[in-house]
Amino acid sequence: MAKSSSRQKRKINVSSIQERQEEIIEEFSMFEDWMQRYEYMIELGKSLPLIDEKHKIEENIIKGCQSKVWVYAEMDDDQVNYTADSDAIITKGIIAILIRVFSGQKPEDVMNADTSFIDEIGLKEHLSPTRANGLVSMIKQMKMYAIAYNSQQQNKA
Amino acid sequence: MTNTSEQILDIKKIRKDFPILSREINGKPLVYFDNAATSQTPTQVIDCIVDYYENKNANIHRGVHSLSQIATDAYEGAREKVRAHFNAEFAHEIILTAGTTHSINLVANGYASILKPEDEILVSAMEHHSNIVPWQMLCQKTGSKLKVIPMSHKGELEMDTYKELLNENTKLVFVNHVSNALGTINPVKEIIDLAHGVDARVLIDGAQSAPHIKADVQALDVDYYTVSAHKICGPTGVGMLYGKEDLLNMLPPYQGGGEMISEVTFDKTTYAGLPHKFEAGTPNISGGIAFGAALDYMNAIGFDAIAAYEMELLKYATSEIEKIEGVEIYGTTPDRKTAVLSFNIEGLHPYDIGTLLDKMGIAVRTGHHCAQPIMEFYKIPGTVRASFSFYNSKEEIDSFITALKKAKSMLL
Repeated sequence: MAKSSSRQKRKINVSSIQERQEEIIEEFSMFEDWMQRYEYMIELGKSLPLIDEKHKIEENIIKGCQSKVWVYAEMDDDQVNYTADSDAIITKGIIAILIRVFSGQKPEDVMNADTSFIDEIGLKEHLSPTRANGLVSMIKQMKMYAIAYNSQQQNKA
Repeated sequence: MTNTSEQILDIKKIRKDFPILSREINGKPLVYFDNAATSQTPTQVIDCIVDYYENKNANIHRGVHSLSQIATDAYEGAREKVRAHFNAEFAHEIILTAGTTHSINLVANGYASILKPEDEILVSAMEHHSNIVPWQMLCQKTGSKLKVIPMSHKGELEMDTYKELLNENTKLVFVNHVSNALGTINPVKEIIDLAHGVDARVLIDGAQSAPHIKADVQALDVDYYTVSAHKICGPTGVGMLYGKEDLLNMLPPYQGGGEMISEVTFDKTTYAGLPHKFEAGTPNISGGIAFGAALDYMNAIGFDAIAAYEMELLKYATSEIEKIEGVEIYGTTPDRKTAVLSFNIEGLHPYDIGTLLDKMGIAVRTGHHCAQPIMEFYKIPGTVRASFSFYNSKEEIDSFITALKKAKSMLL
């Protein structure tokens, strides 16, 4: 019984992450060239709510060779909320997209989500492990938070 | 830029030697300004590698058969070309290595059995990580102290402090001939002479100088000098360590294996003489031969002409970039600088600038350039570095400036 209800829940939430990804893919499909795509990302980067200064600490930093990323997560009821920042604006734009997809989701769903939609919107190169901008490690870190909160929830239950 | 600079070199003809320069990146003609990271390869060098595998491929120094002799002659011929280029006294003072990093590690490893805890090592504040980390590792092994020769805001070494740091405990000094992050040409002759005054040995990292300056190791009286072939139109994975004969003989072998022995029994191995003592295993034969071909290619153009033309490019690029508001250039020693333009635009991150330039077909380096202490010195996350070579053109600089203005307007 418990098993089937958790499967039920997962189905709903995965589609929710998927819905947000599809929304983003659709938005990006309207752009005619790389310039419009990057202008949009730069806008997103500028509008990203900054991480609370108290969380912008050494412990939350991911050092890439090219840019730095800070990421922090908190639980709000049964949903995980992320805040993040970067010193580079394009990196920040991609962070804004990732936060839009993953924030407000159940930790379990974040754990299981994939990020292949980034390829589809033509930003694949930014998630290359050799790019060293901190984004690959950031996604790993977002998932680590999700795993930690998920096991915390399960312990409570 | 005036017509005279175009007359220094026949750029149109030279550019035809480099097949890669006619390709497109992201739908735009490639403008390659990352020459300080690696240079492009002319057809003459590519053909040399192909010719090796088509006509000469055999293992060297060991076969009685003719093909092995042909390969050996080509490889040793290349060593002689390297010797002649850097004016070493003997060909056996040229150790063919995998590149500068390998060369530096070979020397650092050798000194691990020589240095004592009271000994001191000096490195400059503008070194590449590959000329810092091996010495830190060496100091951990030997207990010796690593001291740093500081630099000024202009990007010059503070020679007065260097003189104060030198003392009878100083055993080794390591300085790059040219800084990879700033392009500063260091006063290596003076550095070497001062070090010799206290009987210290000097290793000069020539990775960034070799594409622009023909170093004469005997005139410099340098003890060790290192170079990577891929920065001077040669292939990757090959380079040289020059060392004075007695100073190479003094060092123990770096790696054990075939090629580096004279006699082996299970009780004892007698090592081969120079240079083979440091060349264990089958070397990068085609790479070594192509290294020689790359030197031939550059010498045929001529280093004086190369340096003069690159200086024209640097001056032109500098004057154009200075017209863009908010640009700050790092490394401002105009008379003693290679064709490197390391800069930031106020309020913009180098990563963002580099990403947008790439979209417009322009390849530059961004980040800390494996020289984090320099970035720490200027309190910046990194820089954008455009580095020019003799095959670059004024038109490419114009495209770069236009793209840079575009990137700036998108980001601000």
